[in-house]
Amino acid sequence: MGWSVIRAYTILVYLFMFLPVAVVVLLSFNQNQFGSFPMTGFSLRWFEALWNNDAVMRAFRTSLVLGLLTALISTTLGVLASLALVRYAVPGKNLITTILIAPILVPEVVLAVALLLFLNWLGIGKSFALLLAGHVIFTLPFVILVVQARLVSIRRDVEEAALSLGASPVQTFFSVTLPLLMPAVAAGALFAFTISFDDITGTLFWKPGGVETVPTQIFSMLRNSISPEINALGTVMIIITVGLPLLGAAIARKISIKRGM
Amino acid sequence: MGAVSLKNIVKRFGVFTAVEKTSLSIAEGSFTTLLGPSGCGKTTTLRMIAGLLDPTEGEIIIGGKRVNDVPIYKRNLGLVFQNYALFPHKTVSENVAFGLRYRNVTKPEIARRVQEALELVQLPQVAARYPRALSGGQQQRIALARAIVIEPDVLLLDEPLSALDANLREDMRVELKRIQERIGVTTVFVTHDQSEALAMSDQIVVMSDGRVEQVGAPEEVYNTPASEFVAKFLGASNILDGRCLSRGPEGAVLEVPVFGKVIVPSAKAPHLVGEGAAKLVIRAEKLLLRRSPPESGAFSAPAEVETVDYQGQSVRYFVRAGNVQLQAINMIDERPFPAGAQVHMTLRPQDCAALPG
Ligand SMILES: Nc1ncnc2c1ncn2[C@@H]1O[C@H](COP(=O)(O)OP(=O)(O)OP(=O)(O)O)[C@@H](O)[C@H]1O
Ligand SMILES: [Mg+2]
Repeated sequence: MGWSVIRAYTILVYLFMFLPVAVVVLLSFNQNQFGSFPMTGFSLRWFEALWNNDAVMRAFRTSLVLGLLTALISTTLGVLASLALVRYAVPGKNLITTILIAPILVPEVVLAVALLLFLNWLGIGKSFALLLAGHVIFTLPFVILVVQARLVSIRRDVEEAALSLGASPVQTFFSVTLPLLMPAVAAGALFAFTISFDDITGTLFWKPGGVETVPTQIFSMLRNSISPEINALGTVMIIITVGLPLLGAAIARKISIKRGM
Repeated sequence: MGAVSLKNIVKRFGVFTAVEKTSLSIAEGSFTTLLGPSGCGKTTTLRMIAGLLDPTEGEIIIGGKRVNDVPIYKRNLGLVFQNYALFPHKTVSENVAFGLRYRNVTKPEIARRVQEALELVQLPQVAARYPRALSGGQQQRIALARAIVIEPDVLLLDEPLSALDANLREDMRVELKRIQERIGVTTVFVTHDQSEALAMSDQIVVMSDGRVEQVGAPEEVYNTPASEFVAKFLGASNILDGRCLSRGPEGAVLEVPVFGKVIVPSAKAPHLVGEGAAKLVIRAEKLLLRRSPPESGAFSAPAEVETVDYQGQSVRYFVRAGNVQLQAINMIDERPFPAGAQVHMTLRPQDCAALPG
């Protein structure tokens, strides 16, 4: 009795969470302007409309560039910070770690406002660079957590072996540490990209006027009308934010099978 | 090229001194073992030679040059670790080729030398595999191949055999010694296993608590320990506290419990300075138990067998003479003495060693 209640309850919770998503995806292929079931026919016209919608495409490009840059910067900084924290005796190690991880713990709105006020106080206006900085601060903890966890599992003596064989510290990093760290680096970069691509709260505060990312674009489109184009855009977002990590995981598994790890 | 010497090396970690003023010279082409119990500073010493740790004081000289300020990657050393430390993301041949890539060696030359090194460790067939697909013993051979393929000036090994199981360890010991002799590289080997040290070394450095207790050839360290620590650490020994009565041309005359007056040949008492407190060291396997007292030429004392530990070709007895318990390891051809048997312990003068008390 107990278990069947729990099972039914669990199923209901998942339905509640995922049904709207499923509805959005389904309706994005609907022929009819007005979403209603049963659907009247299958069509890609809303995707086509998206493709021809300049504002959406601009937002899409902005999101893509922002996500890629965030991933690049966040991953680079995250790897460097993790290396310093794990491999070297940095004074105040625990404090630095806490500060770097803190953005996860602070509510996003608070973080967003704080950064904005701080930059106002410095007399720096909103800009794409600020938006990027915000996304980097926000995604950095994820990268650091993932990379650090992997780094502690890489034995120091493997790096020492490389050094003894004549590789300089930099050569050792690129030929031994980084390849062994790669799964975590890739995961961190994917995390950073998806989080940045998905983010709306911070972005709404930080973005300069006239710049829209996909989430803020959807948000502003919703204020005017409920167009089926939004369903299509939602579907594209889902494909990117769910599909990318899955793809990454699959590639990582392929590589590790090849090495027998 | 490969002689190593340490001059007054000290290593401190904060207030803790891991290695105290140590001087050591390691001859070119020799096989030197750092031997001692856990925590005595063997790894610390080896890592200083390697350049993975900076000595707090003192000089490290390799091939006649001071290397204190030379980073590890410019020292041209071969390093072998307890846990192999192979690169998991590279195949066996990529692992072995690694050091050659930083040495201006042409591609065909790399291939030839990798093949040669793999043949030397008798594993040419695994070249294309990843380390995970090798057994522990195979991984250690590859680690050795990777270290020697660069023709290092010095080969440093930190307990390379201790992760292997007992049978394999003995095979690898022989194998390692064969390879070392074949290429003639100066080798510093770290172990806490005395039988490994005795079997493989030209020179043994016995360490304890960050200090060097004795340096010498295996038979020297074994037969003429310089301290009680060395006597106890290498094999089973009985140590009797007594006095040195005199030193003459025939040897040192010691007065000890159980045996009374014992004359130790001078060669066996090099560390005994003069009269005064002294210790007599008797190796357990040099203390023979017999049914009857011996002919002349040996010291002897009666004793009673307390416990008998039968080990196949040998027996370890604990015997009691008065209030002193002694240990004797004897080969046997018949049946061992039973517990409670009255026996005579005999001892040849040349089988004893004397230490200052
Ligand atoms: N980085 C370090 N910081 C502080 N103390 C250290 C450090 N490295 C080693 N020690 C201490 O120095 C002493 C010697 O260590 P070392 O590793 O040289 O011992 P060892 O003889 O190799 O022992 P084992 O047989 O267990 O490997 C130990 O007491 C150890 O705790
Ligand atoms: Mg050690």
